[in-house]
Amino acid sequence: MADVALRKVVKRYDDVEAVRGIDLDIADHEFIVLVGPSGCGKSTTLRMIAGLEDISDGDIMIGGDVVNDVPPKDRDIAMVFQNYALYPHMTVAENMSFGLRLKHYPKAEIKARVTEAARLLDITDLIDRKPKQLSGGQRQRVAMGRAIVRNPKVFLFDEPLSNLDAKLRVQMRIEIKKVHQKVRTTTVYVTHDQVEAMTLADRVVVMNKGRIEQIGTPNELYHKPATRFVAGFIGSPAMNFIPCRLEDVGGTLQIRLTDRIAFPLPPARAARYNALPRTDKLLLGLRPEHLTESHAHLEPGVETFETVLDVTEPMGMETLVYFGLDGTPVCGRVNPNAGAKDGAPMRLAMDLNNMHLLNEETGVVL
Amino acid sequence: MSTVAIDKAGPSRKVKYGSMSRDRAWALRWSYFFLVLFAIFFLTPPVYMLITSLKSSAEISAATNPWWVFHPTLSNYVELLSSNQFLRFFWNSSIVSIVVVIITMVISIPAAFALARMKFWGSATLATGVFLTYLIPDSLLFIPLFKMLGVVQDYTGITLLNRWYVLLFIYPTLTVPFCTWIMIGYFASVPKELDEAALIDGASWLQTLTRIFIPVALPGLIAATIFAFTVSWAQFLYPLVFTTSVDQLVLPVGITTTLIKGDVFNWGQIMTGALLGAAPPLIIYAFLMDYYIAGLTAGATKG
Repeated sequence: MADVALRKVVKRYDDVEAVRGIDLDIADHEFIVLVGPSGCGKSTTLRMIAGLEDISDGDIMIGGDVVNDVPPKDRDIAMVFQNYALYPHMTVAENMSFGLRLKHYPKAEIKARVTEAARLLDITDLIDRKPKQLSGGQRQRVAMGRAIVRNPKVFLFDEPLSNLDAKLRVQMRIEIKKVHQKVRTTTVYVTHDQVEAMTLADRVVVMNKGRIEQIGTPNELYHKPATRFVAGFIGSPAMNFIPCRLEDVGGTLQIRLTDRIAFPLPPARAARYNALPRTDKLLLGLRPEHLTESHAHLEPGVETFETVLDVTEPMGMETLVYFGLDGTPVCGRVNPNAGAKDGAPMRLAMDLNNMHLLNEETGVVL
Repeated sequence: MSTVAIDKAGPSRKVKYGSMSRDRAWALRWSYFFLVLFAIFFLTPPVYMLITSLKSSAEISAATNPWWVFHPTLSNYVELLSSNQFLRFFWNSSIVSIVVVIITMVISIPAAFALARMKFWGSATLATGVFLTYLIPDSLLFIPLFKMLGVVQDYTGITLLNRWYVLLFIYPTLTVPFCTWIMIGYFASVPKELDEAALIDGASWLQTLTRIFIPVALPGLIAATIFAFTVSWAQFLYPLVFTTSVDQLVLPVGITTTLIKGDVFNWGQIMTGALLGAAPPLIIYAFLMDYYIAGLTAGATKG
């Protein structure tokens, strides 16, 4: 087991910079998830850690040693691929033991390790089958088993659950978490699914256009996003961004959303945003769960307004409501019994204690 | 909404199903018609050969129905199989074909693997180049090749011309490019993650080739083996040019040169020799075909 460090790592393909100088420190035992839209450089970063891609610039260190020119087999890493990459002509046991056999481990030890990994992953019964006789979830377990038996310094996962159906994905997500809790191997996990990132990671690295947008615990990213990209990427349904401006009215700072709708800011927020120029083009960032149905006992900082709903989506435990504010589509989350109906007027409450204010041009959360 | 859609689809689907089965019936009829046509076309010559091989020379030259054997005899077979000369041709052909297959595989497999998988400068151009060499017909190459071997022979003092083993150097010029080309395709179809997984598991390139790629691409290897064997076994022009002494001849040239004396055609023995000569490739096809098809279908579905 070991820590992993990336120092100003760059990957260039001809003229295109896929990874633009990223710095990242991954502690021993840590579960790090790289997340971002496709083409953000997350898979390339993982493959550079694996040694499957040369790095154009910078340094990658595993366990304190620079491994820039070390071939994959000598980096002491194990990788799980999206399409499993099991050897089709070998049985499950042969697949899992392939790496150990190449390194001429004693037969007894190979058997012990394979048995142990199979037990851990609950695939003991499948040990003599060929990959084509297995379901997708079972194949992914075998792929993980192949990684575990090697007892490597670092696990690398490249979108391992993307080929599974939704239900199995949730199940395997929990399996992966359990396995990590048991083996505690440093893990770098790549996914485009922000839910996977949030649920699995000790820390999430959000990447965009070859750069790291923000690194933080799932809660930090959710509640304190640094940029519009992170704020919009993490959370489902996504955060609402409503054009707004700040106004001083009678000595209090208020936020104006439309000609009709303006609210005084709660004192803590007012103090924080008071220094901002009033002319700046701003965006109010508000998660759907902070736009709920209005009720009698509202906390301070929660303001209500009347709107007409465009569409409602009953989800069972909640109903998503969609409406427009001066043409900006907005989503809220209301109680399923609140009586939200398509095309009907509704009084909604906006929790400004949980608001974010963003600079529209730079995308920075203020 | 969904129930309405199902109600609407009900009757129309029935009609469609009916027309589909009618289409299918017609498609089957046409396929059988053409299959039978092709079978007749391709099986007539061997059947005629078989009939002729069972006749005595007298019966062949008699004006009887050529499609029927009135006095079947195995004398042609007995004579050929007890002739040292014929057995010599057979032996030469066998040894040449087997060694050429081995040489071809030893060269083509690593070449195809390198061209398909190890990205290096010019690998794509080289892969195309390999195929282009295959497109040059042997009728264009045999004179330069003859000249080249003559020069080598003069230089080294090793007798190459008019020796059966010269074919071991010549045939691979036909088999290697095509077999490499076939296997580039097969190796390229192996998912990239498989060799990456092997690399991470600690395999060298050679181990990745021998322990992953060769087993996974076995149908391709078998296809290439069959091709190399068939080409070597049936090659006519090169052995005709490069070998002349009777004891150096391979089967196709041996049959035509020794069984046709001037304008006398020993038809019974020619047909018998040709049939016997066709047997080894047939046996190899029959033996490998099951495996070949099994391998193909196993790779056809996902996973």
